[in-house]
Amino acid sequence: MINVLRWAIWRDLTLAARRKAEILTTLLFFVIVVSLFPLGVGPEIGTLAEIAPGVMWVAALLASMLSLNRLFSDDYHDGTLEQLIISSQPLALLVFSKILSHWFLTGLPLVLISPVLGMQLGLDSDSIIILMLTLLVGTPVLSLIGAVGAGLTLGVRGGGVLLSLLILPLYIPVLIFGSGAVEAAQTGLGVEAHFSLLGAFLVGSLILAPIGAAAALRISLD
Amino acid sequence: MLSCANLACMRGDRLLFKGLNFELNDGELMHVKGVNGSGKTSLLRIVSGLMLAEDGEIRWNSENIRKLREEFQRDLLYIGHLPGIKGDLTALENLRVNMALSGHEITEDEAWNALGEIGLKGREDLPARVLSQGQQRRVALARMLVSKAKFWVLDEPFTALDVKAVDMLQHVLTNHVKNNGMIMLTTHQDFTVLDINVKMLDMGNHEVDL
Repeated sequence: MINVLRWAIWRDLTLAARRKAEILTTLLFFVIVVSLFPLGVGPEIGTLAEIAPGVMWVAALLASMLSLNRLFSDDYHDGTLEQLIISSQPLALLVFSKILSHWFLTGLPLVLISPVLGMQLGLDSDSIIILMLTLLVGTPVLSLIGAVGAGLTLGVRGGGVLLSLLILPLYIPVLIFGSGAVEAAQTGLGVEAHFSLLGAFLVGSLILAPIGAAAALRISLD
Repeated sequence: MLSCANLACMRGDRLLFKGLNFELNDGELMHVKGVNGSGKTSLLRIVSGLMLAEDGEIRWNSENIRKLREEFQRDLLYIGHLPGIKGDLTALENLRVNMALSGHEITEDEAWNALGEIGLKGREDLPARVLSQGQQRRVALARMLVSKAKFWVLDEPFTALDVKAVDMLQHVLTNHVKNNGMIMLTTHQDFTVLDINVKMLDMGNHEVDL
């Protein structure tokens, strides 16, 4: 079972490594969206620091949306998905490994680049650390919930727009508590409550999302 | 043994077939025939568990395949229209990763041998996107050489293959059936398999007037 996980992750990472453009798209999108705000709002450092948590989190949400379309669609079009569904290994496990690779390629880079963008918006160092931690806990939730939506809209014409309408409302709690934690850190309040809730979202979606996404894929291929 | 009872299939609001009954025993090959759109591919997808039948039941060793799920899928090799080949992986990587994900891991040597045997010697290390369609098809079919599955479901296996590859494939099919395997396939081509039982299933006979 561990071997299958290893093979599935190896495959997705190798494919991504041979088509580097696709990883960079998400990352560049994130950087550009965040960089647009100082241009639009004006360069006052006080204002920017105040809106920074919300801006960073909304940009992360949109960036992770951007790559969700492709989570299953390549496998769907070349027939790999059929083979996964009739594999003698549990489909939820295979789906989980795809989600893990997806987060590794699209979520983790956002976490790593966020300190630079945080500085650009004038966040202090404590808030930047909290921001990184919220993104570290929160972005996997985005990939997990997104996978269910990607499975449901697979093969639907105009699925991209439908996917956003389906998934963005579900991202709202993550957005509220993710940016809330950074705001709390800025004003010197405790962040434990926010992190407890983000952690709960992560655990809940870790358990439920792979099963849900697997069921969605079976329906999409029927 | 595979037995299907009273299968029916709807696509959209069109009834493709209903009341379809057949059995397939160890060491038998079933050739599913019929005109385009008669439901051959749908039947194969239903038997493989990719699609739900509108009605009826499929039993593998007298247990419903919906209950067996992974136990049935361990015995199953399905090769459909789509080859399941990634253009950015080499032929060798494609074969190995596809086998591993289906649950039968193979060693690198086994993969080299299988690809050599299917006529891709010297091309094992090329990215699959530079291979021709027929060669990509061979990469997909190489899974038959390394698979330990008993029940093969092949949708148009002869498509895009040259005469030599067709010969080889017939040989592989014959051997599998002689070793007590079971095969269900569709094709519009004539093919010859020697001294084995071939059952015909004519989907035309099940066509329902609308």
